[in-house]
Amino acid sequence: MKKILYTFLLLLSGNVHAALNIFACEPEWAALTQQLAGNQASIYTATGALQDPHQVQARPSLIAKARNAQLVVCTGAELEIGWMPLVLRESVNSAIQPGSLGNFEAAKYVSMLEVPTRLDRADGDVHAAGNPHIQTDARNFLPVAEALSKRLIQLDPANTAFYQQQLATFSQQWHTAIAKWEKQAAPLKGVSIVVQHKGFPYLNDWLGLKEVAELEPKPGMEPSPAYLGSVLSDLQQHPARMVIRAAYQNGRPSEWIAERAHIPAVIVPFSVGGTPQATDLFTMFDDTIQRLLAGLK
Amino acid sequence: MSRNIYWCAAVAALLGNPLNVFAADDNGLQDIRDQIQQLQQSVAAQAQAVTQQPIRSSAGPSSENSFNPAVSMILSGTYGQLKQDPVVPATGFAMNANNTGYTRGFSLKESELSIAANIDPQFRGVGTFSLDPAGGISVENGFVQTSALGNGLNLKFGRFFSGLGYLNEQHSHVWDFVDQPLVYRALWDNQYADDGLQLKWLAPTDMFVEVGGEIGRGLGFPGTDQNKNGAGAGVLFAHIGDDIGIEQSWRAGASLHQTRRVDAVSVAVPDLAGTVSGVSNSFTGDSQTAGLDFVWKYSHNGNIRERYLKVQGEYFRRKESGMLTYNLDTSVAPPPGTNIAGNYANTQSGWYLQSVYQFMPTWRTGLRYDRLDPGTASVGASIAANVISDYSFNPSRLTWMADYNPSEFTRIRLQLAHDNSRQGLADNQLFVQYIMSLGAHGAHQY
Repeated sequence: MKKILYTFLLLLSGNVHAALNIFACEPEWAALTQQLAGNQASIYTATGALQDPHQVQARPSLIAKARNAQLVVCTGAELEIGWMPLVLRESVNSAIQPGSLGNFEAAKYVSMLEVPTRLDRADGDVHAAGNPHIQTDARNFLPVAEALSKRLIQLDPANTAFYQQQLATFSQQWHTAIAKWEKQAAPLKGVSIVVQHKGFPYLNDWLGLKEVAELEPKPGMEPSPAYLGSVLSDLQQHPARMVIRAAYQNGRPSEWIAERAHIPAVIVPFSVGGTPQATDLFTMFDDTIQRLLAGLK
Repeated sequence: MSRNIYWCAAVAALLGNPLNVFAADDNGLQDIRDQIQQLQQSVAAQAQAVTQQPIRSSAGPSSENSFNPAVSMILSGTYGQLKQDPVVPATGFAMNANNTGYTRGFSLKESELSIAANIDPQFRGVGTFSLDPAGGISVENGFVQTSALGNGLNLKFGRFFSGLGYLNEQHSHVWDFVDQPLVYRALWDNQYADDGLQLKWLAPTDMFVEVGGEIGRGLGFPGTDQNKNGAGAGVLFAHIGDDIGIEQSWRAGASLHQTRRVDAVSVAVPDLAGTVSGVSNSFTGDSQTAGLDFVWKYSHNGNIRERYLKVQGEYFRRKESGMLTYNLDTSVAPPPGTNIAGNYANTQSGWYLQSVYQFMPTWRTGLRYDRLDPGTASVGASIAANVISDYSFNPSRLTWMADYNPSEFTRIRLQLAHDNSRQGLADNQLFVQYIMSLGAHGAHQY
């Protein structure tokens, strides 16, 4: 009887062969893990690029997947604070709790921007550790990849050589790609942009874009027509070349501004899968830069 | 910071280039070379340290309050416009709980103060205190939860909301309506909480499968606080749930509850004699409840920030059998049969179906239908002439709400209800409610 039960449970769980069960909070970290772990891992991605990663529900499926995970790979810096703490707690999986080897937060390995000097909800949805949208700067993937590879080795030492090889290949390809992207993006340097949500400080820092306005009055708050009107009149003083939003964001505020300020509204993938072209980490940045360049025309 | 290092590296590289073109015969040349080499080494070491280690590694100042728990407070108030007095219970449910949670006019709802933290590597503690607007504090929840039992086991002890049903575990500030469904009000006194133990097991499957059991004092309605050893109430529950693609998710469950009620006194119970303002009865017997619950959620691309639809429903059925003592009050003009006990058995049930639709960010609307069945009681011969066995009326209610959520921490709600839960006392109700949360804002349950 017990045997039948176990067989049944194994059939249900379906992840019998993979060496490591990995739970990735966002698609960009799933993609990076895939680059570094290849077929040594079975990766579950908790959210899609068309979902707002701040607002995700602690769905039963997430709890079940976290229960069986050996490693969770998340952004951290409080991006997932609205759902991950509950998923982790309900999973009762001690291997992946904060502070343990099975809990990896990418934001710990890059230098954070926009770290608030004061913490007050009157400032909207601010994150104490700094702006968590680190994945828009390609350079950030290098230290994260290195740290993640180390973590994979610690969890699965038998495949050390394999993980090292994967990291070396990725780093080399990534360095080449960064050089290519920086060259392609040269015309974007100093270009004034409007952003819908404060999601792009890392991209601006990398490519030299100049953010002149945000459409959200406070981070995470929906813009009112009156507020958009004031942004529009500011834009007449300090014109911008385009208005940028992430693929998951509602198009209305951007389109409204774009139409009246006569500038293009540019959608960037923000994560893997955000646009049909962004199928992996490399094409995500290819597409981001192509779309920004198209916005210049 | 990383940019600074690139700069340093660039400067160091420049410095390291053959400078001897200019200073071939300078005596200090070797010194300069040594310094350059040291500089290069230190820059390289720094760069390595940056790529390998977490950045924010410097120790902060130590302070007494650095282990402070997450503290949050919920402030809430309502305005109610009712034609009928809410104190009158649903027809056929006078021997049940009737805490509507609302009054006529302005009222401050219970403010909720919640404190939670990990106690040590093994335990996590949660205390939720209800501050009654009229004064006084009550412990709504005060429990300890294990965090490292392993194998999917989760043990909770203390006072907690039972895992039965779907709505039962949710705190009032996340309810989608001002009040609970009638079936929760009548059968669970809005929310069933008990002092005891809960053991849950999460199966190691891809699908969410959870089973749990509770034993407790039997403090919460329908239990009666008994002065005895052992357990006064028990609960069993099971939940399953999963996603369907990226847009839909669901959870379904079944639960059982059992308790023994001892000298459960109900006041103002209508009787066959038509006693003005009813009589007081006492019941002793067994109570068994079974329930089914489901919830289904949909959002376009799974992006709940924009729009989502939630449909949920629950059904509970309670069987009670034992002895009923009719009209405890022998002091004034007793009708015949006063203070006489007889057999009493009844099956009551109720259900609700509700849906909430967020049609744009910050705005939601919802509709709920409630229905109760007071059952047909089998009443022993000794009290049959006094106790009403069949009310021939099914209480029901239709409720509509809309709420505005300018931020995650603020909710302002308008609710209209056509309440037909009391025979002959149909009521149209209007509520305006605010719910504000300040301090730590924990993740919400599914």
